[in-house]
Amino acid sequence: MGYLSSEQFLRSVKRRRAQDKLFMVVVLAATLVSTLALIVIFVTLSVESVSFFTRVSVIEFLTGTKWTVLFADKHFGVLPLLNATLMTSLIAIAVAGPAGIAAAVYLSEYASQRFRNFMKPVIETLSGVPTVVYGYFALYFVTPNFLRAFWEDLSIHNALAVGLMIGVLTLPIVVSISDDAMKAVPYDLRLAAYSLGSRKIDVVFRVVLPAALSGVVASIVLAFARAMGETMIAAIAGGFRPVLSFNLGESMQTMTSYLAQVATGDAPHGTIEYQSLFAVGLLLLVITATLNFIGLKVIRRWEIRY
Amino acid sequence: MTAEEEVLERIKVIISERKDEVGEVVEKDAAILTEDLSVSYHGRVAIEDISIKFRRNAITAIIGPSGCGKSTLLRSLNRMNDLIPGALVSGKVLFNGIDIYSRDVDPVYIRSRIGMVFQRPNPFPMSIFDNVAFGLRVNGFKLTKDELRKRVQEALVKAALWDEVKDRLDAHAYSLSGGQQQRLCIARALAVEPEVLLLDEPTVSLDPISTSKIERLLVALKHDYTIIIVTHNMQQAARVSDYTAVMMPDENLIGRLIEFGPTKEIFTSPKDSRTEAYISGRVS
Repeated sequence: MGYLSSEQFLRSVKRRRAQDKLFMVVVLAATLVSTLALIVIFVTLSVESVSFFTRVSVIEFLTGTKWTVLFADKHFGVLPLLNATLMTSLIAIAVAGPAGIAAAVYLSEYASQRFRNFMKPVIETLSGVPTVVYGYFALYFVTPNFLRAFWEDLSIHNALAVGLMIGVLTLPIVVSISDDAMKAVPYDLRLAAYSLGSRKIDVVFRVVLPAALSGVVASIVLAFARAMGETMIAAIAGGFRPVLSFNLGESMQTMTSYLAQVATGDAPHGTIEYQSLFAVGLLLLVITATLNFIGLKVIRRWEIRY
Repeated sequence: MTAEEEVLERIKVIISERKDEVGEVVEKDAAILTEDLSVSYHGRVAIEDISIKFRRNAITAIIGPSGCGKSTLLRSLNRMNDLIPGALVSGKVLFNGIDIYSRDVDPVYIRSRIGMVFQRPNPFPMSIFDNVAFGLRVNGFKLTKDELRKRVQEALVKAALWDEVKDRLDAHAYSLSGGQQQRLCIARALAVEPEVLLLDEPTVSLDPISTSKIERLLVALKHDYTIIIVTHNMQQAARVSDYTAVMMPDENLIGRLIEFGPTKEIFTSPKDSRTEAYISGRVS
C-alpha cells in the first residue's frame, strides 16, 4: 500500500468531481420533469382556452347558469358544473373532515403504539383502491341498498352517493396528515397540561388540537382539493346531467365528469365542444392548484413552529 | 488547592452565609412523606425503599448523579409516573396524610394540588395570559372575567414576571426569553394555587442571570408553598434549599436515598462518605 502520487491524486479528484456533477444533473433533471409536466399542462390548457374565450366571454362562462355545450342551443355557463363539483366535495369533506380528525385523535392520543402502527397503513390503503371501484360501489350498492332505505325516490345517479364515496376516498388524507400534525406536538406540552390537573379530553381539546390546528386545516384543504379533482366516482355514480340544482338526490354533472364524458366521446378537434374541455380543465386546475398551494403553505407553517 | 477542594470551599462559603437554621423534619410538619416508595418501569426497579419527609413551607433539594432516580422520585409525588407506560409504584406517598396512590384518589385532583415545573420551559403555544389561565380553566374554576384577570395577575406577580409582561399579556408565550418562559411556567403552576411545587431541574437550560432570578423567586415562594427541587447543581442546592436528599444508584443501578437532612449538615458534615465524594465532584 503506497501513497497516491500527486498526479494520481489530481486525476482521482477530477473524476470524482465529474461524477458529482453528473449525479447532480441527473437528479435535477428528474426534479424538472415533474415541474415541466405541470407547466406543459398549464400552457396547453391555456392555449386552447384562449381560442374558447375568443368565442365565449369569460363573464358568460363564469356566471352563466346553463351548460348546454353538447346541445344544439348552446349555453356556456360553467356554474352547474362548478356547483356539482363543490356540492359533492363539500359532502365529501363533511364525511372525511370529522371522521378523519376523530380517527387521527384516536390514533395519535389514545391508541397504543402497536395499534397505531397497524392501523395507519390499513387506512392509507384506502387511498390505494382504484377509484373506479368506489364509483361502481356507489352506483350499485350505496345508492340502491343503503341510501334508498332512507330516501325512496332517490335518483340512481345522485350527488349524495358521489359525495359520500369521495368522502371515504379522501378520509386517509385527513387522518394521515392530521395524525402527523398531532404527533408533532411536543410531548412536553401534554405533560405540562397534565401537571396542571388536566384530564385527557382537556389535553386533546385545549393543547393538542389547537397546537396542531394548522396541520389539521391543511389536511382538510388538501382533501378538498383531492375531492374536487375526483373523476371516476363522479362520472360513474353522478350522471351526466348539467343542471344547476341544490338537490343532493338528483343526477348532476361535475366538472370532472364533463371532462370524462367529452374526452371519451368524439368531440372533433377545433370545435367549441372540444375547446370547452380545456376551459373547464383550466378552471379546475387553477382551483385545485390554489387549494393545494394553500394547504402546503399551511403545513409548512406548522412544521417550523417547534 | 485542587479543583475539588475549591468546589467544596465555595459550597462551604455559601452555606456559612446562610443565617437560617432548620431542625429535623417531624411527621406533623411534612406536607408530603413517602414510606418505602419503590418505582419500577416494565419490571426494572428504578428507585427502591425511599422514605422521606418533605417539610411544609420549606425547600427540599434532591441531588444525586445522573440515573439515580431523582426525577422518578419527583414524578411519583404527583402521580405523573402514571403517564409512563409500564411504570409501577409501590409503598406509600402521603399528602396531608392521604395516600395519593389509594384507589379512591383521583390523580387529576392530586396534580392540581401539587404543581410541577419541568427541565425545559414548556409554555403552551398561546398567549402569556392564556398560559397562566390554562390551569384555572381546566380545573373548572367558575370565575368572572375580572376574577380570572386578577388570578392571572397574582400568579404573574408571585412568579416575578408581572412587571416584564403586564403590557403584553396577549403576546405569544414564545416571544419571551428562556428565563421568562420558565417563570411563566412557574406562574402557570401557581395560578392553580397548589400547596406543593415540584421542580425538575428548572434552571438547567437557563443562563446564570435567569437562574439566580429563579432561585431568589423560590426562596420567596417557600413561605406560601412547599417546594421540592431536583437539581444537578450542588451550589444551587446549597443556596436555596433547607433540606437536602442525596440519592445514589447502588451496584444494581437501583436509585436509593443515602442521606437526608438539613442542607447545612449534608454539605458540612455528611454522614455518608459517598455524599462527600459526590458533593466535591469525585462522583458524577
